[in-house]
Amino acid sequence: MVAVEIRGLTKSFGALRALAGIDLTLDAGEVLGLLGPNGAGKSTLVRALMGRVRPDSGEIRLFGRPSGEAGARDVLGYVPQEIALYPVLTAEENLRVFARFLGLAGEPLRAAVRRGIEFANLADRAGEPVERFSGGMKRRLNLAIGILDDPRVVLLDEPTVGVDPQSRERIYGMIGELATRGAAILYTTHYMEEAERLCDRVAVIDHGELIAVGTREELVRATVGAGREIVVTAEREIPAEIAAQLGAAVVDGDRLRLATSEPAVAIPRLLAELERCGVGVRDLELVTPGLQSVFLHLTGRELRE
Amino acid sequence: MISAVVRASWAMLRRDRAALALSFAVPIVFFSIFAVIFGGQRDASTRKVRVLAVDEDGSPRSRRMMEVLAAEEALAVSTAPAAEPGEAAPAPYDRAAAEAAVRGGDAPVAIVIPKGFGAAKIGFGPEAERAKLELLVDSSDPIAGRMVAGLLQKVIFTGMGDLLLESGIDSLDQVAEFTGEQRERLGKLLEEARRAPAAGSTSEPGRGGFELPIAVETRDLLGESKENPMISFYAAALGVMFLLFTASGAGGALIEERESGTLDRLLSTRISMPQLLAGKLAYLTSLGIVQLIVMFVWGWLVFGLDLPAHWGGFLIMAVPTALVCSAFGLVLAAVCRTRKQLVAMSNLVILSISALGGSMFPRFLMPEALQKASLVAFNSWALEGFLDVFWRDEPIVAALPEIAVLLGWTVVFFAVARRISKRWEIV
Repeated sequence: MVAVEIRGLTKSFGALRALAGIDLTLDAGEVLGLLGPNGAGKSTLVRALMGRVRPDSGEIRLFGRPSGEAGARDVLGYVPQEIALYPVLTAEENLRVFARFLGLAGEPLRAAVRRGIEFANLADRAGEPVERFSGGMKRRLNLAIGILDDPRVVLLDEPTVGVDPQSRERIYGMIGELATRGAAILYTTHYMEEAERLCDRVAVIDHGELIAVGTREELVRATVGAGREIVVTAEREIPAEIAAQLGAAVVDGDRLRLATSEPAVAIPRLLAELERCGVGVRDLELVTPGLQSVFLHLTGRELRE
Repeated sequence: MISAVVRASWAMLRRDRAALALSFAVPIVFFSIFAVIFGGQRDASTRKVRVLAVDEDGSPRSRRMMEVLAAEEALAVSTAPAAEPGEAAPAPYDRAAAEAAVRGGDAPVAIVIPKGFGAAKIGFGPEAERAKLELLVDSSDPIAGRMVAGLLQKVIFTGMGDLLLESGIDSLDQVAEFTGEQRERLGKLLEEARRAPAAGSTSEPGRGGFELPIAVETRDLLGESKENPMISFYAAALGVMFLLFTASGAGGALIEERESGTLDRLLSTRISMPQLLAGKLAYLTSLGIVQLIVMFVWGWLVFGLDLPAHWGGFLIMAVPTALVCSAFGLVLAAVCRTRKQLVAMSNLVILSISALGGSMFPRFLMPEALQKASLVAFNSWALEGFLDVFWRDEPIVAALPEIAVLLGWTVVFFAVARRISKRWEIV
């Protein structure tokens, strides 16, 4: 079932074109990763879904209903990038406050708060003010509050920023649980490994345009090909003309990536070319291409913070 | 190292241009307001004491008294209420009407010339035998009553000097028994004095403790039953001012919500921006009411403020006052983009309207034009309402105009805050 349907969405802020005609669908039970460098339009897209950005044109449908219709957005749950909690209130009080804002009362409210505490794995700290929590605990609570009323569509905006590996694992588990329950999840992230691990499909956005959408395998096949990838880290910046000499190579600073179906032939050629240009090699890896390669191939940039 | 701290602090202040501008605007604006208020005091014509005059005696002497009162430059004397446009001139004030007008805050003082004034003796001697004037004063204006009492000395000595002379000659005659010729010469002297009653007289007003040839009996209409009458005035004045500071500080929570991201989160739930603002308004109002209660109870317990007799009026005034201050706090919070701006803006606006509205010094101390201008400061209405029910002991209906104005301002402020807050909601 199509949970979210976005058609021809555009939005400009003055001369800046933040969304340049986005078409995207998200199915129930699917986790869709939204990848893009800073300023690519990810946040604008998420805010348009929430109704906080008025698009210049295009439309958004949620389970077939236009998003502007009364109550249509009630299916949405939102987890902001900021830790949007009241620090002096306890975890339980935070959950209760936001549950009330979601219109819950009485037993459904109490049940939602219990579920939230359990979901965030905070049963033993539920009565403590949030300001005493670690970053990871706050992130878990931040996520739990976003899904208090069991939303059918969850918008996650970088939910693991600044989180220790242990809490990150717990958050991955929470997201998996949500998808299993049938929620459609739009997951905005900077972390490629997260996208590779969690997302069924990935949408790459840059300069307000959706430049690729598909599963990891589809994207790799369509961009860097099905072969392997040689990744070279040089001792200094690599001159751009080397990329031209080597055909499909992508250069980014002191790094070079070259997709190939015949590594045994390509590696000696690459090393010879680097030597000819006087560029020393610090490291060379032969890897199976992933989203990082796809992103680099599509945008010409590494995805960094 | 210390210079690094200084430079970093200046750099941060420079970055927030609005806060920077306001931090210099606050002292300038505030200084200007005080300069206008107190600078105006140098020119005596800017502040005349409004006085109601009642002639119960109707004798030539009392009419003469009314004339010299009217001629006194420092007094603005009214003998009858102002006529409504298109209506006949109202009857002159009698004692009851003047008393009601003073109680109602129309004028701080009424001078009553009682029956028998013309027949009684003018001169020095036992008070019971002397001609008497009555002053009915509203001691919420502590200056006006004393000023008028002092001015009366001047008026009597300079404006009615011939009567004093006549009374002095009569007294001397009883002792010295003048001859006919002496009496004739003294009569001429008296006649000259009558023709130029105040010529060359520069007798200074307000010589404290000096016995008057006419007895002046002062009655404090409003403060006479109060143990510490000015306390209720200052409780109201300071209460309103601090309510504004509380409201703007607590309204700053909106800025924090925006900065921390909870506002985004709230707006992603079922709550709308008007509901959120209404909730904040209700919270701030309840906080303000509690603050006023605490302040007035403290005034009652420690300073003898007569709260038990005015509970009803107090609460009825506390609600619209807290409402309007809270709505104003929301406007300040909505206008400002940062906490720093809010602090600077609150200082500027709240201190200014507190000065203008009479929280720092009573409005009756201001020049008349400024007194009128101060009505645009909504807090002056709150203060007047508190004074109506608390100080003037008037029934609560007397404060209805003030309550209506406060509620009107609340609606306006809320609408403005709502309008400005749209920028947080959707872009």
